[in-house]
Amino acid sequence: MTSRFESVFLFVVARAMVPLIQVFAFYVITHGHYSPGGGFQGGVMLAASIILLRVSMGDESYERFPREAGIVIAGFGALAFALLGFMSMLFGGNFLEYALAVPGMGADELRYWGIFFAEVFIGFLVWGALVAIYDALETGGVE
Amino acid sequence: MSQIPALIPTSLLLASLVALLVGLKSHRAAHLIALAGAVVAFVCSLLGLQAVIQGDGEAIRYAMGAWVPPIGIEFVLDSLAAYMVTLITFIGVMVLIYAPRSLAFETPGRQGMVYPSMTLVLAGLVGMCLTGDVFNLYVFLEIAALAAYALLAIGDRGAPVATLRYLLFGAVGGGFYLLGVAYLYFAAGTVNMADLSMRLPELMESQAVIVAAVLMVVGLGVKMALFPFHLWLPDVYTNAPSVSAGLIAPIMTKVSAYAIIRLFLDVFPPGFFTESLPIATTIGWVSAAGIVFGSVLAIAQHDYRRMLAYSSVGQLGYIGLGIGLANPLGMIGGLLHILNHALMKGLLFMIGGAVRLRFGTTKIPEYVGVGRAMPWTMVAFTVGVLAMVGIPPTAGFFSKWYLLLGAADAGAWIWFAVIIVSSLLSAIYFFRVVEMIYRDPETDSAVADHEPREAGEAPASMFWPITIMATAVMAVGIFNVLIVSALLERIVAPLGG
Repeated sequence: MTSRFESVFLFVVARAMVPLIQVFAFYVITHGHYSPGGGFQGGVMLAASIILLRVSMGDESYERFPREAGIVIAGFGALAFALLGFMSMLFGGNFLEYALAVPGMGADELRYWGIFFAEVFIGFLVWGALVAIYDALETGGVE
Repeated sequence: MSQIPALIPTSLLLASLVALLVGLKSHRAAHLIALAGAVVAFVCSLLGLQAVIQGDGEAIRYAMGAWVPPIGIEFVLDSLAAYMVTLITFIGVMVLIYAPRSLAFETPGRQGMVYPSMTLVLAGLVGMCLTGDVFNLYVFLEIAALAAYALLAIGDRGAPVATLRYLLFGAVGGGFYLLGVAYLYFAAGTVNMADLSMRLPELMESQAVIVAAVLMVVGLGVKMALFPFHLWLPDVYTNAPSVSAGLIAPIMTKVSAYAIIRLFLDVFPPGFFTESLPIATTIGWVSAAGIVFGSVLAIAQHDYRRMLAYSSVGQLGYIGLGIGLANPLGMIGGLLHILNHALMKGLLFMIGGAVRLRFGTTKIPEYVGVGRAMPWTMVAFTVGVLAMVGIPPTAGFFSKWYLLLGAADAGAWIWFAVIIVSSLLSAIYFFRVVEMIYRDPETDSAVADHEPREAGEAPASMFWPITIMATAVMAVGIFNVLIVSALLERIVAPLGG
């Protein structure tokens, strides 16, 4: 985006909204494993907050959230999720079984934390991927 | 050993993700990581193949996340899956070795995102072959398809439009398949393949199951480019970079054919595709039409890649004919042709890319003098051509031989004639290229000399994959009895005989 629509209201409201959206997104992600919500929904909200910045601030938003960040975050989230799956294979379990040998933790607790981290990483993945898609559409895919 | 079914797709997925992050900085490093992932997957596939053969075809079953099927997703490495994943990962390794020089010439500056996409295509395709769950198959089908669209769209000027058309066809095909899965789930209450095969015999009269079977086969037929649905294929292969075409043309359509065969043999009850519904016969007839149509149109093409694309339409018909015959010999021919055609088409697309690198052309009339500039590459080309035409002892002969035996067995004399006629037709369109290649511009005044961009054989990173593929075409031909007796006869056992 090359120019922004000059409006004090838009700017102020967007700046006030973005942190609130992000806090709620973190709530949705971190409670996804035992209540409605989860990585997908929270990730979409995080992406929406960044896209709101892009729309309201124009080029300035790239200083705060660079163009490459989307794909890096998505890649990191997916990679961390895959490694989580692999980790349990190292301990002799199946892929994504969360069968880690952590001292002092029962199988139920392991699965609890396993799903928790899986949700967090999915959140990263969805967040980054949606922002990357928005950036690609905005620039017409030109690198 | 018991982790192999999961290791094959996940090592490719992992390589794809790491290559994505690394590719932002250095496409060379991304290439090495993608190649490493493909090699690991290939080694795992070979180990899996060995385990399956030694275990007398006993499938290795793997519950993802230790969720017991049918609740969880199950991966099943049986003879058919092991056969397919070994082929897919072998082609993947070869194309990844071949890729960097060709991509640097054809799509400069865009390599960084190509390697993650290539490994993602491979991951999707091996996932389709390994999964024991009809819905999970759809998920992997879309993973492979979406990554393939990205790979194909980076080609020449016409590539985005051609790929968009493929995307529309692919989305419709995938949607049909998914709708079929939904009907199947309504009728049988499960999407696990082993579970379905237990429950479906009681439901053979159910209209939902009949609709499901038709929808799934039509959807996969679009993906497979079965004759009336092949419209997307020629433009896509013509405009794609040689690397993308070399990766996708050999294996992508075959895996959809695999899915139809899997449904036919293992999911639906025996006789459902042949006696209850005339699905197999229909596939056979449209395939026979496709063989003739593809071969005739291939003769009319001046662009090397477009000729190969139409030839693919015809060759896919052989696989469809194997399904249509629905007897053990015919099915062995169809399955063997999946392997043979993947090797041959991969080889020929790779050679097209090597010639394009050296001569800057893909037009057949401009191929004059190529035979003198790149003698060894053209030996490999000739091997590929002989295999496509079906001359022993190359691989192409034996799959056609089994198909002919199957057609004779079934008394399908029209199909028998189609196979023979199309072999002659492919001889016509391929020997046209061979003639151009070996024409001597100095003594033959009728042709203009075409100066190469750079002299000499293809660079080593492209030359050796081509040589290995050509050797594999010969080796598969010579050792086809081993493949048939160790694997294929076991796979077609549900057909009886």
